[in-house]
Amino acid sequence: MTATDTPTRRGPGAATRLAARAGGGAVRLGLLLTALFWLVPTIGLLISSLRGPADISTSGWWRVFTDPAQLTLHNYTELMGNGTITHALLNSVLITVPVTVLVIVIGAMAGYAFAWLEFPGRDWLFLLLIGLLVVPIQVALIPVTKLYATFGIFGSLLGVILFHTAFGLPFAIFLLRNFFAEIPRELLEAGRLDGAGELRLFARVVVPLGGPAIASLAIFQFLWVWNDMLVALIFANSGSAPLTVALQEQTRQFGDNIDVLSSGAFLSMAIPLAVFFAFQRQFVSGITAGAVK
Amino acid sequence: MATVTFDKATRTYPGAERAAVDKLEIAIEDGEFLVLVGPSGCGKSTSLRMLAGLEDVNGGAIRIGDRDVTHLAPKDRDIAMVFQNYALYPHMTVADNMGFALKIAGVAKTEIRTRVEEAAKILDLTEYLGRKPKALSGGQRQRVAMGRAIVREPQVFLMDEPLSNLDAKLRVQTRTQIAGLQRRLGTTTVYVTHDQVEAMTMGDRVAVLKDGLLQQVDSPRNMYDRPANLFVAGFIGSPAMNLVEVPLTDGGVQFGNSIVPVSREAIAVAADKGDRTVTVGVRPEHFDVAGGQATSLANDEPAGVAVTVNVVEELGADGYVYGTAEIGGEQKDIVVRVGGRQVPLKGDVLHVVPRPGETHVFSTSSGERLSD
Repeated sequence: MTATDTPTRRGPGAATRLAARAGGGAVRLGLLLTALFWLVPTIGLLISSLRGPADISTSGWWRVFTDPAQLTLHNYTELMGNGTITHALLNSVLITVPVTVLVIVIGAMAGYAFAWLEFPGRDWLFLLLIGLLVVPIQVALIPVTKLYATFGIFGSLLGVILFHTAFGLPFAIFLLRNFFAEIPRELLEAGRLDGAGELRLFARVVVPLGGPAIASLAIFQFLWVWNDMLVALIFANSGSAPLTVALQEQTRQFGDNIDVLSSGAFLSMAIPLAVFFAFQRQFVSGITAGAVK
Repeated sequence: MATVTFDKATRTYPGAERAAVDKLEIAIEDGEFLVLVGPSGCGKSTSLRMLAGLEDVNGGAIRIGDRDVTHLAPKDRDIAMVFQNYALYPHMTVADNMGFALKIAGVAKTEIRTRVEEAAKILDLTEYLGRKPKALSGGQRQRVAMGRAIVREPQVFLMDEPLSNLDAKLRVQTRTQIAGLQRRLGTTTVYVTHDQVEAMTMGDRVAVLKDGLLQQVDSPRNMYDRPANLFVAGFIGSPAMNLVEVPLTDGGVQFGNSIVPVSREAIAVAADKGDRTVTVGVRPEHFDVAGGQATSLANDEPAGVAVTVNVVEELGADGYVYGTAEIGGEQKDIVVRVGGRQVPLKGDVLHVVPRPGETHVFSTSSGERLSD
């Protein structure tokens, strides 16, 4: 840029800035509207869950805006009184929590081993593990069913937990191995010189440094398992079915249990959301992990 | 406190043809500060890591005191190391960083506290004990890394270029502090650096390595005054020694039109190898600028070598003249130190004479020192 065209550029510059500010507002408004639009089904579900069955079957949920008296907690009391649903909710927790813990613990240990311990065949084994990432669970359904029948754990909580853990591990190990491999070598060497054995090094240095990655993985793993229906539908029986399966069973061809459905669906959504917001800080720093030392 | 012995210690990396460290033999005294120095890739860091147990030893042995530690795990060697990037645990406070080794060793909490506070006082870190490393400046981090080593009270300190991440001024300051601290604690120390100034100023003795081979171990003074071969001569000293290849003559070697005396035996040794030339080395400060009246071979010419000045570096106290001279029919680059008050101009011609007794003669073919 030469000195002569500097002033001529300043005029449009101010205008551009003004336009940019106005444009920024427009963009922001657009984003807000998009977000609201995106939320409509969820809001509808929430409102439906707060209306009585008779209202739901006769009019749309938006009617509540003109007639707020329709709002009632009846569906939720009904839900809590429904033994199948509460039992299924308990099952969801009994499946999701152990799977998440198992995947994190085993995945972190294996990830550390793949990243920092030297043993013969390590790279081949890791390659094999990456290969397992592309195996869809559908191809394993029948063989695993037969296997479970042999061991007598078909239709049990244990079966569902083991299946989820097995299919969660390749990704967990892959993710954590790559995160742990980014830890500066000198840190681990310093730990070894300080007298730490592998286990202590893992617990006191590697895991604290891997915190963000572990938190992200925990959230994802929790969501996947919580929202799963296919695996539970096949491997759980009526006594061990989680909420997703129990809710699906409430939909019938004629006369849905719409009151239980809407409140149950909202409940099954609210719990992972709570988990997400609890770990949100770590989740965000997990996404940018490694960007800044 | 302990001695450290490298006994023909060798490290060959898998797949490499040449050893990274080849039959290293150094005996380090109890309480000594030994500096390993050399250009990058010379094996100095590998040697240190072998002593630390972070690198396998493929041949020979390493002993700390009377203990053979060749194949011991790092944690069983009773050593502490300061890394180039400090390697502080980012999730621990300064105090926890310094006390980590003691905690693992099962030392009582109050004892850890006292020892950490003691070390912090020595290093001027007391007010930072509660901070995390990311809230510290580079110099403070460096001191924490030192503190982590001191608190352990190990038999040997290992330092791998601990000053290279500091700015120039802080580096000079910290250099003195580390050397002083080591003298005070009296702990045997092995220090790795690529900076020959650091090596010369800090070490009781300096070991120069090149391509995995030990070139010379000696006190800084001797290293400077009597470099054992061409490589050491060129590596130690800044600016580097002038090294010029000249033909052999009777009674000495001819440098320009002055004679550098070399013993007959040394010349005989060189001649026996079939060498027609030797390499003469003169440090920049060992040239005298001649007025033309000094001893000269030809009376109609001024004595010494005529150097045409290309660049002058003025450092205040003195100056360095970078010039070219014609020696033996070839243009050679020559560096001469001159007094700070009589600096020549670019394009001037200086007549310089090597000071008697301050010249070095090396065999051109083997690089070994011929003069005494």
